[in-house]
Amino acid sequence: MNWKQLVLGTATVTLLAACASTKPAAVTSNTAPAATANQGVAPADTGSSNQGQLNADPLHDPNSPLSKRSVYFDFDSSTVKSSDKPTVEAHAGYLKDHADRKVIIQGNTDSRGSREYNLGLGQRRAESVKRSLEVLGVKDSQVEAVSLGKEKPKATGNTEADFAENRRADILYNGE
Amino acid sequence: MPGIRTLFKLLLIYFLLAGQSARAEMTIEIVGGGASKHAIAVVPFKDETTRMREALTPIIRSDLELSGVFRMVDGSAIANVPVEPVDIRYPLWQAAGAQSIAIGKVEAVAGGQVKVSFRLMDLAQKKQLTSGEFTVTPDRSREVAHTIADMIYEAITGQKGIFNTRVVYVLKSGRNYMLQVGLITDVDSNRAQTILRSKEPIISPSWSPDGRYLAYVSFESKKPVVWVQDLATGQRRAVANFKGSNSAPAWSPDGSKLAVVLTTTGNSQIYLVNTLGGAPRRISYSDGIDTEPTFTPDGSQIYFVSDRTGGPQIYRMAVSGGAAQRVTWQGNYNVSPRVSPDGRTLTFIRRESGRFRVMAQDLTTGDVRALSDSGYNERPSFAPNGRMVLYASDTGGKSVLYATTLDGSSKVRLAVINGEVQDPSWGPFNNPQ
Repeated sequence: MNWKQLVLGTATVTLLAACASTKPAAVTSNTAPAATANQGVAPADTGSSNQGQLNADPLHDPNSPLSKRSVYFDFDSSTVKSSDKPTVEAHAGYLKDHADRKVIIQGNTDSRGSREYNLGLGQRRAESVKRSLEVLGVKDSQVEAVSLGKEKPKATGNTEADFAENRRADILYNGE
Repeated sequence: MPGIRTLFKLLLIYFLLAGQSARAEMTIEIVGGGASKHAIAVVPFKDETTRMREALTPIIRSDLELSGVFRMVDGSAIANVPVEPVDIRYPLWQAAGAQSIAIGKVEAVAGGQVKVSFRLMDLAQKKQLTSGEFTVTPDRSREVAHTIADMIYEAITGQKGIFNTRVVYVLKSGRNYMLQVGLITDVDSNRAQTILRSKEPIISPSWSPDGRYLAYVSFESKKPVVWVQDLATGQRRAVANFKGSNSAPAWSPDGSKLAVVLTTTGNSQIYLVNTLGGAPRRISYSDGIDTEPTFTPDGSQIYFVSDRTGGPQIYRMAVSGGAAQRVTWQGNYNVSPRVSPDGRTLTFIRRESGRFRVMAQDLTTGDVRALSDSGYNERPSFAPNGRMVLYASDTGGKSVLYATTLDGSSKVRLAVINGEVQDPSWGPFNNPQ
């Protein structure tokens, strides 16, 4: 799962200084704000779910539409496709019923080119999912749209299938 | 037990070298040549191999070649190894095509130090152009050599040399990201320092105008956040960590502000934040993506990328506000702008038939020319003297750093062996040690 890597990554961020003229950058509390910076996301809850029993949590029930966490986009598009609307509707329903839950939506791109411009394109996709959730009644405070741009491609190949896999926004719940 | 001690020393050296080889290794290689280069002979300095840790003149030659302005005249076949001006047999060097000659020596002085003296002579006029003396410990070969190269460069071109300036880039090695800083002249020799190491992406490093801080974007908290790090102490703090994405930091020339891209309105827009904190002030207004801001050297204007009319194009606006003016009109994808230190030239990346090339646009005439021909290039930045442009290039799955002269006539490749080099940026002149 993606979130395990993400959280592991957060934990292993270290500062390093190799040489005399750059003093060692100690890992101190000044790295803490980053790990907890984003109010929507708490450290990973790897064992028990805060919804109670793991198998009772519809978010992790493979038969529930809530287990689908990715929304896909056409080339050069940030429109949520009709095929992904059931996923968005399921999460909207869940978030309305669980006002304490928050999600972060990470937008991704397949393109080459400017890292920063791709960050903007991924943001556009994440915002599109966010707006879809809000239209369905989810509160703004429950959703944060962010972008990973082209920096974290799920598929690293160069086929059209790889590109399509990367034109994607992922829905992550707090605690994931 | 001298034998064992020697063995131990050898082992130690072996381990030091082994440790270094795991890091980025870069080599300088000239891949293009200009026609009108200054021909210089750099004669080996007397006793440089025995009295310095590393011989000086190979470093000086390599530096001067990197600049794209000099052509080295090989003196190895010339029966004249001058140490003082009186030793120079001028006709021999002129016959070899040299316009100037650098000579020097290394002498032992008290306290284990050495005195390095050098002179640069004009061969036609038999006149000294510059000279210098440095009393140092023998281990400071590179520092002294880069300083001598700077002096020679300035004496010949009238411009400040860049051989002691630094570059920053992100080295991606497997799934590790390292933010590294090194001298432009030493990224070839394992001397880069790792400033930040992360399992998550790091992008868009940006130098403070005084060279003391780096701003960058780190994804360590599941989203892009802008950090500023003090290079001397390693201390760092998040300067833009608002809801949504935070990215594309660029320092104002006075160092007091950062232009950043925030998404609090639901789209990527440009804001100014005080580097000491405070509320961000929005300065760009569009329904599209506005990103990659960069200040003009006088601090009055910002160049940036916007797709408000379709594809990404470069625009300019006053920092104080007002309408933005479009600057690029050819091509449908122009990104990553930077303005030259004299404010006259814009460099950027244009996508054109599958290629991403480094371009240079004359801001007075509007003329555009390509500085790179092929492959996939990213994030050009000017040398602080404005004479070269640094960029990353991905050719055949391998990424390397290039430095090109502003007319594109001479390119230097700083090859990377392990990993991908991303998002380079050439630092300012100031280099506090």
